[in-house]
Amino acid sequence: MSAKLAAAILIDGVIDASWLFIVAVGLTLVFGVLNILNFAHGSLFAVGAYAAASAAGWYYGGDLGPPFFGYLLMLGAALAVAMILGPLLERGILRFFYRRDEVVLVLVTYALFLILEDATKLIWGAEAYYASEPYALLGNVSFFGLSYVGYDFALIGLALIVGILLWFGINRTVSGKIVLAIIHDRDISRAMGVNVNRVFALAFTLGVFLAALGGAFTAPKISVQPGIGITVILLSFAVVVIGGLGSVEGAAIAALFVGFARATAIHLVPWAELFIVYLVMALVLAFRPEGLFQRMSARKI
Amino acid sequence: MKSRGFAAALVAGAGVLGSFTGNATAQDDNVFKLAFVAFLSGQAAESFGKPAVQGAKAVIDALNAGSLPKPYDKVGFGGLKIEVQLIDEAGGATKQVEELRNAFERDHVDAVLGYVSSGDCLAVSPAAEELKKLLVLFDCGTPRIFEENKFKYVFRTAAHGAMDNVAMARYLVKRGIKVADVGAMNQDYAWGQDSWRDFKGSLAQLEPEAKTKVELWPKFGAGQYGTEISTLLQENPALVYSSLWGGDLQAFVLQAAPRGLMKDRVVVLSASDHVLPPLGNKMPDGVIVGARGSNGQFAEKTPINDWYVAALAAAYPGLIPVQPHYRAAQGLLGLKTAIERAMAANGGKKPTSDEMAAAMVGIEWDAPPGHIKLALGDGHQAVQSNAAGRSKWDPDAKMVRLVDIEHFAAECVNPPPGVKAADWIAQGFPGAKCD
Repeated sequence: MSAKLAAAILIDGVIDASWLFIVAVGLTLVFGVLNILNFAHGSLFAVGAYAAASAAGWYYGGDLGPPFFGYLLMLGAALAVAMILGPLLERGILRFFYRRDEVVLVLVTYALFLILEDATKLIWGAEAYYASEPYALLGNVSFFGLSYVGYDFALIGLALIVGILLWFGINRTVSGKIVLAIIHDRDISRAMGVNVNRVFALAFTLGVFLAALGGAFTAPKISVQPGIGITVILLSFAVVVIGGLGSVEGAAIAALFVGFARATAIHLVPWAELFIVYLVMALVLAFRPEGLFQRMSARKI
Repeated sequence: MKSRGFAAALVAGAGVLGSFTGNATAQDDNVFKLAFVAFLSGQAAESFGKPAVQGAKAVIDALNAGSLPKPYDKVGFGGLKIEVQLIDEAGGATKQVEELRNAFERDHVDAVLGYVSSGDCLAVSPAAEELKKLLVLFDCGTPRIFEENKFKYVFRTAAHGAMDNVAMARYLVKRGIKVADVGAMNQDYAWGQDSWRDFKGSLAQLEPEAKTKVELWPKFGAGQYGTEISTLLQENPALVYSSLWGGDLQAFVLQAAPRGLMKDRVVVLSASDHVLPPLGNKMPDGVIVGARGSNGQFAEKTPINDWYVAALAAAYPGLIPVQPHYRAAQGLLGLKTAIERAMAANGGKKPTSDEMAAAMVGIEWDAPPGHIKLALGDGHQAVQSNAAGRSKWDPDAKMVRLVDIEHFAAECVNPPPGVKAADWIAQGFPGAKCD
C-alpha cells in the first residue's frame, strides 16, 4: 500500500468519523440521560438541515452581509430548532411515557419521526434546498496530490469542539455531575432534591440541538430534500450501539472505528462498503455485548 | 335480544345504502376514470414524481379542453372526459399492489397509468394481469418486465433502461472520445447494477481497450460521498461513469466538483437531465448527460413538442421540462391512441379492458419525445429514440443548456424483438440500425 493511499484512507476516515460523531452524539446523550432511544433523531437532523438551508438561502440570496456570518446563522438555525422542538416534544409528548416500558418510548419516538417527516414536507415542500455557499467559503486544500475541501476539515474541528465541550460539561461541572447522578440512579437523585424533570427537558433539548447541528452543517454538502433523515438514523444507531448506548466517549471511538472501516472498504474492497458498518457492529457486539463503553450501573438487588 | 335485532337492522340498512353508493360510482359511461401513480412523497418525489404529475396534469387539462393539435384533438379520450385520481407511489411494493387493487375494485377506475420505481412495476404487473384490467407503465426502467414475463393487460409506453447506456457508449464513439480506463460509481440496487452492467458491456463492444479501474457501490440514499470521491481521485480513471439520480446525484456533484473530480476527465451521468434545473450553475460544464430518451432539451422540433413546451410554460411559468414531464405526456398520448382505436372498433362505446388491451398491442404514436412504437414484448414494450449531450451553463438564460447533442434512432440503441437486452449487448448489437 503506497503512502499516498494510506494517507487518503487516514484522512477520509477522520473526516467521515467527525461527521458521524456530530450526527450520532445527540442520540447517545438522550439515551444516556433519559433512557429513550430517540427514533426521531433522523428527522430532527432533517429539520436542522432544512432550517439551515432556508436561513442560508435567505442570507446569501439577499447578499445581506459578510459571508462568514452565514456560519453563525446556521448555528443559530440549529439553536432555534432546538429551542422550539426540544421543550415541545419533551414536555408535550414524551414526559407522559417516562414510567412506561422502554419499548413504548421507542414506538412513541418512531411516531414522532413519522409526524416530523410529514411536517417538514408540509412546511418546506418536496423540492430541493441548497446551502452551498458555506461549503465553498473555506477554499480547497491540496497536498500529496490529494485534494479536499476546507469545509470538511472544519467539520473535524467542530466535532472536536463538541466532544470536548460535552466531556467537560458532563465530567467537570456541577450540572454535569448532577446529570451523571441521574444517569446512575434517577430515583435517589430525585430523593436528594434534584429537579429531574428540568434536567430531562434540558438534556432532550441538548440532544435535539446536536441532531439539528449535524443537519445544519451537513446541509451545505448535500441537496436537502425529503428522505435525508432515514440514512442518518441507520448510521447513528450503528455508531451508538458500537460505542455503547449512553456513552459520549464510546460514540467518539465508535465513530472513528466506523469511519476508518468505511474508508478502508471503499478504497480497497469497494463491494464491501454496503455491509462493513454492520460487520464492525457484529464483531464489536460479539466481544462486548453492550458496546465498547458500557454504562456504569450498580447491580440492583 | 333487543340489541341483536337492532344490530341486524343497522347492518341491513348499511348494506342497502352501500349498494346505492356502490352503483353510483361503479360505471359512468361518460367519463374515463384514470388513476395516475407516482411518488408524491419520499426520495423520488422531487426528481421524478412531482414533475410527472405536473406533466400529466397539463396534458389531462388540455385533453379535457380539447386543445391538443391533431391527431389528439378529440376531447379527453375519444370524447370521454378524463377524471384523474392521484395515488402516491411511496410505501413499498406490497402497498402499491394493495393500492392498485383498491383503485380497480373499490374505486372502479378504468385504467391505471403509473409507476416510477422498477420494483413497484414488477410487483403490480401480475396483480393487474390477474384482475384483467389495463395497466400502463410509463416511467420505470427495468428491462425485466417483458423480458421475463408475458402480459396481456400490461403495457409500457417508454423504452427501458438498457438503451440509456448503449446510447452513452455510442455517444463516446460518435464524438471520438477514447478512454484508457473507467471508474464507476453506482447505487447498489437493481437500477445501479443493471445500468453499470449495460454500460460496461456496451463499452466493451465499442471501445474494447477501455479497462474498468474501479467500481464503487454506495448505498441508495447515502448522500455522503467524500471517501468515494477520494478513491476516484486516487485511481484517476480517464472516464467516470455514474447512474446516480435525484438527491444522491445532486449531493455527489456538489461534493465532487469542488475537489476537481469533474475536471480533466470525461464524466458520464447516464440519467442526469433532471438534476440540471435544480443544480443550475453548480453543475460543471462538459458533463455528458442522458435523459432516458429524447426528452427535454433533446426533443426535436415537432408540432406536438412545440405544443407541449408551450402548455407547460403556460401552466408552470419558469419550469424547465425534463424527462419525467415527457414520459408522462407520451404515456397519456399512447393511452389515448389505444382507447380511440378501441372505440373506433367497437362503434364509439366506452371500451372495456379487453378491448383496450387488444387495441393497444403494437401501436405507434407521436409524442413530445418523438415517435414511439410498441415494438418489443409482443407489442407491449415501447422503443424510442435516444440522445446525449454535454452540459453548458448559459448565464443569460440562467439555465444549463445541452450542447454537442447526438441523436440515436430507436433501432440503434434498443434490442430487436425476441432478444434480451443483456444478451444483445453481449453479442455486439446484432441487427442494430445506426446511421
